[in-house]
Amino acid sequence: MTADASPPAEHGSVEVRLEDLHRRYGDVRALDGLSLTLAPGELVALLGPSGCGKTTALRILAGLEEPTSGRVVVGGRDLTTVPANKRDMGMVFQAYSLFPHLSARANVEFGLKLRGVRPGPRRARALEMLELVGLAAQADRYASQLSGGQQQRVALARALAFQPSVLLLDEPLSALDAKVRAQLRDEIRRVQLEVGTTTLFVTHDQDEALAMADRVGVMNAGRLEQLDAPQVLYAAPRSAFVADFVGLMNRVPAEVVDGQVRVLGVALPALEGSVDRGRGVALIRPEQLQLVRTPTGSARVVAVSFQGPVSRAQVRTGQGTELVVLLSGSAAAGLAEGAPVDVRVDAAGLLVASS
Amino acid sequence: MSAARSPRRSARTRLLVFRVTVLVLTGAFFVIPLLSMLDFSTRVFGGDGRTGAAWALLATDPLLRGAIGTSLLLSLLTVVGMLVLLVPTLVWVRLRVPRLGRTVEFLCLLPLTVPPLVIIVGLTNVTAWLSYLFGDTPSWLAFLYVVLVLPYAYRALDAGLSAIDVTTLAEAARSLGAGWFTVIVSVVVPNIRTALISASFISIALVLGEYTFASLLNFDTLQVAIALQSKSNAQESVAASLASILVAALLLVGLSFISGRRRSGRAVVATAVAPTPTGPAPTPPQEPR
Repeated sequence: MTADASPPAEHGSVEVRLEDLHRRYGDVRALDGLSLTLAPGELVALLGPSGCGKTTALRILAGLEEPTSGRVVVGGRDLTTVPANKRDMGMVFQAYSLFPHLSARANVEFGLKLRGVRPGPRRARALEMLELVGLAAQADRYASQLSGGQQQRVALARALAFQPSVLLLDEPLSALDAKVRAQLRDEIRRVQLEVGTTTLFVTHDQDEALAMADRVGVMNAGRLEQLDAPQVLYAAPRSAFVADFVGLMNRVPAEVVDGQVRVLGVALPALEGSVDRGRGVALIRPEQLQLVRTPTGSARVVAVSFQGPVSRAQVRTGQGTELVVLLSGSAAAGLAEGAPVDVRVDAAGLLVASS
Repeated sequence: MSAARSPRRSARTRLLVFRVTVLVLTGAFFVIPLLSMLDFSTRVFGGDGRTGAAWALLATDPLLRGAIGTSLLLSLLTVVGMLVLLVPTLVWVRLRVPRLGRTVEFLCLLPLTVPPLVIIVGLTNVTAWLSYLFGDTPSWLAFLYVVLVLPYAYRALDAGLSAIDVTTLAEAARSLGAGWFTVIVSVVVPNIRTALISASFISIALVLGEYTFASLLNFDTLQVAIALQSKSNAQESVAASLASILVAALLLVGLSFISGRRRSGRAVVATAVAPTPTGPAPTPPQEPR
C-alpha cells in the first residue's frame, strides 16, 4: 500500500484451511493431525479443555508459532511459512494487549499507520471502528483509563480496523466478569456479522462457543473430535468426550440390541458413534428426562434446587443410578425430597458409550 | 478519654523525636562533608572572607575544561553503546529465547564481581587493539565503560521490561503488521521510557565518576584531572569534586522527578539506585517487582 493510500477497501471474506497440522513440544503432541476448514465469513469456535491444542492451532494460523508439519491455507494461498506481520490477520488476545502509551484511537490507528494510510482517513476509520464497538466517546483515553471490557472492545476495533482477511479471537472474554462477558459476547458476534470477516474463536467456555459460533469444533488431545453447528453438537454428539464436554450429561447403564438402546424401561434408536451391541452407558441430557409422580414410582427424589426459570432435581433410580433432571417451575412445584417418581426418556435417539 | 489519648500522644511525640534525630544525623553525615568542601574551596588562606577563585578556575582551566568535555563525550558514547547493545538483546531474549535469560543476567552482572584493575589487566590486548584501531583518543574508553555500566543498566532495563507484558504487546503489534524493528522502536521502547532514562542517568553518573580505567590508560577524564589538580591546586580540585557531585545529584533528582511524573500518570516505572560519581563502585540497584 502506498503512503497516500486510503483505508483498505472492503474485501471479500476468505476461506481458511488448516491441513493436517502437527505440532510437537518434545514428546508432547499439542496438535495431532488437525484439519479444519472455515467457510468465508464463518465464525468457528474451537472448544476444549486446557492443553487440548486449540490455542496452538490459533497461534499457528496467526503465524505466532510454526507447525511441525501441515499447511495453513488462507484464500487459496499457502501461508505456512509467512511471518505473522505479513498474514493480514487481526487478533484479539486473552491478556489485555492495548499499547499502554497510546490512546484508544491511536491503538486502533496502529495497523492502519503501518499500512501507510494517511492521518485524515486513518483517524476517521479509527473513530468509525470505535463507534462500531460503542467507544467513540472514550477515543482519547489510555488503556489504564478503560475497564477490562472496554479494553477488549478497543482491541476488537483495532483488530478489525485494517479489514483483515481473518479475525482471530484467543479467549478474549476469559479475563472479564460474567456480566460483561455476556454483553461483549453478543457484541463481538454482532460486529463479526456486520463486517463479515472469517473468524476463528478459541474458548474453553461452552456457553460462549454455543452462543456465538456458526460451527463449534470440540478438540481433545490435539485432535478435532467433532465439528458441527451448536445445535447438532449438543443434540447429537458423536463421541462420549463431546457429549461429556458439551452441556450436562447423565450416564445411565444401557444395552444396545439391534441398533436400539434399552434404557430406563424404553427402547430408542442408538445414535451414530454408539457401541455396536451389548452393554454400555447411555448419555442422556437432563432436559431429555421427565419425572412422573406416582406412588409406585421406582425412583426417589434426592433433592430439588430452584434455579430461576427452571429447577434442577436429583433423582436416584431403583438400581442406584443418580440422575439430574431439569424441570419447569410448574413441574417442580410440590416435588418433595423422598417423593416416589418414574423417570421417562424423551429423545429421538441416544448415544451409548462403552462403560 | 483524655487519659487514653495521653500515652498515645506521648508515643507519637517520641516517634517524631526519633525520626527528626535520624533525619538530622543522616543529613549531617551527608551535608557536613559537602559543606566542608564548599568551605575549603572558598576559603582565603592567610586572610579573611571568601573567594570564588577556585570555582572560577573550573571554567577557565584548560585541563579541567578538556577533561569535562572528554567525560561528557564518554558519557554520551557509553549511553548510546549501552542502549544499542542492551535493549534489543533483552527484548529478544524475552521474546524468543527466554531460556537464555539467566545467562544474559549472569554476563551482565559479571563486571560487578571483577575489580576494575583486573578488568584493565585482563583487557590489555583488547585495549591495545582499540588504541591501534581508533588512535590516541579517549573515545574508545566508551567500549570499556559499556562493560562497566552493564550491571546497573541491565537491572534498570530488566525491571522496566518486567513491568510490561512484552510478549503480548509484541505479538499484538506483529499481528497488526509490525516488523521486529517497529515492535522494539514503536511498542517496547515507549513503554520502558523511564527504565531507559534510569539506565542512562546511572551510566552517566558512573562514567563521570570513573577514575581507575582512565588513570591506568592515561586519559585525562574529569576524575583524573581532579586528582592531578589536587597536587597543584587543592582548592580547585575540591571545587571540581563538589561540582561533579552536585551534577550527579541533579541528574538523580531529575530522574526522580521524571519517574514521579510518569508514576502518577499512566506509565509503569522502573527505578534503580544510582551510584555516587566520585565514590567507589556502588552497590547494585534493587529491582522493583
